This record gives sequence, structure tokens and C-alpha cells, in this order.
Amino acid sequence: MPASTKRKPRGKRGAKKTRDTSTARAEARGSSWDPRIVVFACNWCSYAGADTAGVSRIQHQPHFRMIRVMCSGRIQPGFVLRAFEKGADGVLVSGCHFGDCHYVFGNERAVEQFEKTKNVVRLLGLEEGRLRLEWISAAEGVRFAEVINEFTDQVRQLGPSPLADKRVISSQSSVISKERAAEVVH
Amino acid sequence: MPELADVAKTTRAWACYDCGKCTATCPIARVGGDYSPRRHVLATNLRDRKEIVSNGTLFSCLTCSLCDRRCPAEVGYTQLIQKLRELSHREGVEPDCPHGGALQSVMRMMATGGTQQNRMDWLSDDLKTEPKQGTLFYWTGCAMYYDAFFPDFQVTTLNGTRAAVRLLNKLGQTPVVSPDERCCGHDLLWNGDRQSFESLARHNVKLVADSGAETLVVSCAECLRTWKLDYQPFFEGKPPRIMHITEFLAEHVPELKFKTDGQRRVTFQDPCRLGRHLGIYDAPRQMLAAMPGVELAEMRRSGPAALCCAGGTWSNCDRFAKQLQVGRLREARATGAEVLATACPKCQVHFRCAMKDPNLGGEIEIELRDVAELVADALAE
Repeated sequence: MPASTKRKPRGKRGAKKTRDTSTARAEARGSSWDPRIVVFACNWCSYAGADTAGVSRIQHQPHFRMIRVMCSGRIQPGFVLRAFEKGADGVLVSGCHFGDCHYVFGNERAVEQFEKTKNVVRLLGLEEGRLRLEWISAAEGVRFAEVINEFTDQVRQLGPSPLADKRVISSQSSVISKERAAEVVH
Repeated sequence: MPELADVAKTTRAWACYDCGKCTATCPIARVGGDYSPRRHVLATNLRDRKEIVSNGTLFSCLTCSLCDRRCPAEVGYTQLIQKLRELSHREGVEPDCPHGGALQSVMRMMATGGTQQNRMDWLSDDLKTEPKQGTLFYWTGCAMYYDAFFPDFQVTTLNGTRAAVRLLNKLGQTPVVSPDERCCGHDLLWNGDRQSFESLARHNVKLVADSGAETLVVSCAECLRTWKLDYQPFFEGKPPRIMHITEFLAEHVPELKFKTDGQRRVTFQDPCRLGRHLGIYDAPRQMLAAMPGVELAEMRRSGPAALCCAGGTWSNCDRFAKQLQVGRLREARATGAEVLATACPKCQVHFRCAMKDPNLGGEIEIELRDVAELVADALAE
């Protein structure tokens, strides 16, 4: 079975398909690059904190995608590493303050998981500044905006993730194309 | 999948006469898993693509190769499952990765490359190594990642790595230990991701070739299998001599001076990659026998019949795997041994995980060490 050893050069159509909207927007604003940040937030505090920031109309940088989980304790290393694998430039993990966890000790678990993640990220040679753990309560809309602004600036300083440039390879390896999916189904 | 015809030919699946010995032998099937090697062989022969892709048990196989040994028709089942996973991967079928796929992500990131790993912190000052050029290359494998990822089980696979370098130094060798080494790609290949595997293979083969090494010494049984068998098509020119650390030590036994005190009973877990995949049974036993005061007690199933640690490719951790691990640890305890020696970091990770069971803990606990670690500890100062 001859496996294809070389990646085909991306054609014009392929390039158009995967065109990154955030880069396009950055170009439109005249800046060259905006980071892509993944924010994991717990349902009870941090996500609500983001909501507070939103409804209070506190301005903050919009270069993050938020993923809500029930508790920060759920955020295992696999989640964060997957984000980096897929080319995230930074990952922020957030949850309730100590003592405020909806599940009593979930955020203590989050710290354990985060330490493991940090060790693996360090081994891989990614800058430690790309990964951060923050406690944000539902009332702390201002703080949410501050953390996001600070972290976005920090990641912007670090530049694009070294893994992001070659993102295509890893996404090809594990994402099913639409044509393939259709084939499997039928 | 037109390739199924080729696969049936190269793996001798066509020769299957449907006796079912493979399924009767399969450790997973024996503890009640809904898994049958025979089913995959038959589906291949019937070119039944849908059955292979969607029956949901493609990743239940431990790839331990026990059925290969028992098959009267000499069907290469382990090779077959590797090919089927590769074909299925192209259709988007992936294993339910344990640990949230974290280890797969780590391996794929290494395949992508672009970062300088910090993988050398384990080297203590007393160990002499070269960063680039030398006649002997020591392949560390991913032990540092395991130790960082499994602190809850007190996984200490790096002790075996340190011991191996110490022993090489003792034998007058200054091995090359490279900071640019990447995952060997073993698990990705066995998960079906050939593309990532190939980019890792090319990088690693070039790394070792550029070092000018004539000998490559490997500690991890899985890396050894990958280097010896799966990297073959990637070598340009003369490949280095590839050896397991216990093979290298066995060749130099007379040069090692051991302490003579102490008396310990040790049992040995044959890693599936080292034993059945590569046929290396004697070298680790030779090393254990060489140490004065070590008595080797074999488990009920050992050598070619040894039971696998049930988690080879980070793709099949379930209650059946756990049952196998617990059973194996009970076997080890039944020998009356104080120490369970092994030659693969994965065996260590999986047995330590099983020992964490709060309901069984005391019953199956046993000291777990790498063979190199035991040898290094037994050296006279």
C-alpha cells in the first residue's frame, strides 16, 4: 500500500478554503498578526465572568475562542495539548476562586492537572507564557477583561506558535474531510 | 478499500482456515472483551470494508502478537491490524485515546516540529554524554514525558534511562544523547497515523545518521521494534547496529564488576515488543543471571507465552486491560519475587497504574524496576 509521502502543494482553492478570518481581519486593520487564544472557562464562575464583562460593555481584545466546561477540574492536559497541537498561540485555563468552586474542590483538581500540563508543555519546548491559569469569579467582569488583555498582549509578544505554521500537517492527520465523512456514512 | 486484497496477501490473511485459535488465545477475548481477531481476518478476506471500519473493535487489539504465535496457518495478525488501522485512519477512524488524547497530541506536535524540546534535564552531572557526534548513540525514548505526565503513579522510567547511561559510561562509552531526538512514532503508527509516523521516522533516521554512530542502543522495547523493523525503508546507506540495552550489556558482561552481597528473588516481564515482536528473550535473563545474589523466578506465562501489559499503543485502556494487568501482577506475586523487572517503560506505566487500585493495592503491589536499573544498582563501586 503506497502511502503518500509528500504533502501536495496547496492549490488556490485549498488556500481559499482555509483562509483564516482573524488574519484577514488583522490585515484589514493594518496590523500583521493577531494571536489565536483558546480560553477554557468553568460554567459557574469564569464563563459568567466573561458574560459580566460583556453585558457591562467592558472593552477587551477579541482574539480568543471560549470553551465552556462544567468545572475547571474537567480541563485535563489532553484538552490544552490538543489546542496547542491544532495551532493555538496561547491557552488560558480559568475557574472559580479557591473556596468558591461549585463542586467544592474541582479547582484544586484543576491545579493538579494544570501542573502536569505545564510540565509537558515545557518539555515540548513551547514558551511557558503561552499557558496560564486564572481564577475569575462571576462578578469579576473587569478582571476578566484585564486578564484577557494582559494575556493577549503577552502572547502577541511571543509571536505565532511554532506549531501553528505547520498546522496543516496535524489537522490533516486527524480531521475528517467532508468528502471522507460522506464516504464513511454511505 | 482496494488495498484489502494486497493486505490479505502480505499478511497471509488469505491462508486463514477459520479455526478460531487466534480468538481463543487473545487475552482480551479471554477476559470477556467483545473482540475477535478472527472477525478482522475474515472481514479482510471478504473485503468487507464496512465491517472493519465500523465494528468498533479495531483498536481493542493489544498488538501483543500472542495470536501470531499460535496461528497454525501463520497469519500475521499483528501486521494485519496495523495495516487495517492505517486504512481506517484514512477514513477518519481514530481510537478513543485514553488520557484525553494528550499523548497523541504530544507525539503529533513532535511530528510537526518547530520547537526545541527541553528533554535533557534528567542528565545528572556524573553522566558523560555527547550532544552530537560519536560512535554510539543512546536512544532515550519518551521516558521524560511519561514521568512528567504520570506523577500520580510515581512513574520513574527515567531511572532506567539514567542507569543505562551510567552503565555505558562504566563500559568506557560516551554515548550521544541528542536534545533533538523526537518520538519514534511507534504509537502513531499503531494508531494508523502513517503520515505523522513517516515525518518522525525521517527526522530520527537522519539525526542518528548525522551523528556518525555505528551502534544505536535503545532502552525502550517499543522504540527498538520501530527502529529495527519499521524504520528499515528509511535508512540510506548502511544502517547502524541496533541493540537493546540488555543485548549490549550481555555482550560486555565480563567487564562489569558486581557486588556480591544481598539475595533477591526477581521475576521478569517480557515486553511484547522485545519478546514476541523481536525474539529477544535471552539477553535480559542473561543480565539478571549475571548478578550475584539474584535469583530469577519465572512467571507461569513467560517467554513467548508472556502476557502483555495491556496498553501498548495508548489506544485501548479499558476494564479488560485492567483485568489483564491485575492478573499479571498476581502472577508476579505468586512467584514469591520481591522485584518485577521489565525492559519497557510502558510496562512500568501500566503496572503502576494497576497497582493504584485502592481495592487491591496491597494484594498486587510489587517493586517495579527496569533491568538496567537493577544492573546499575548491583555494580561494585
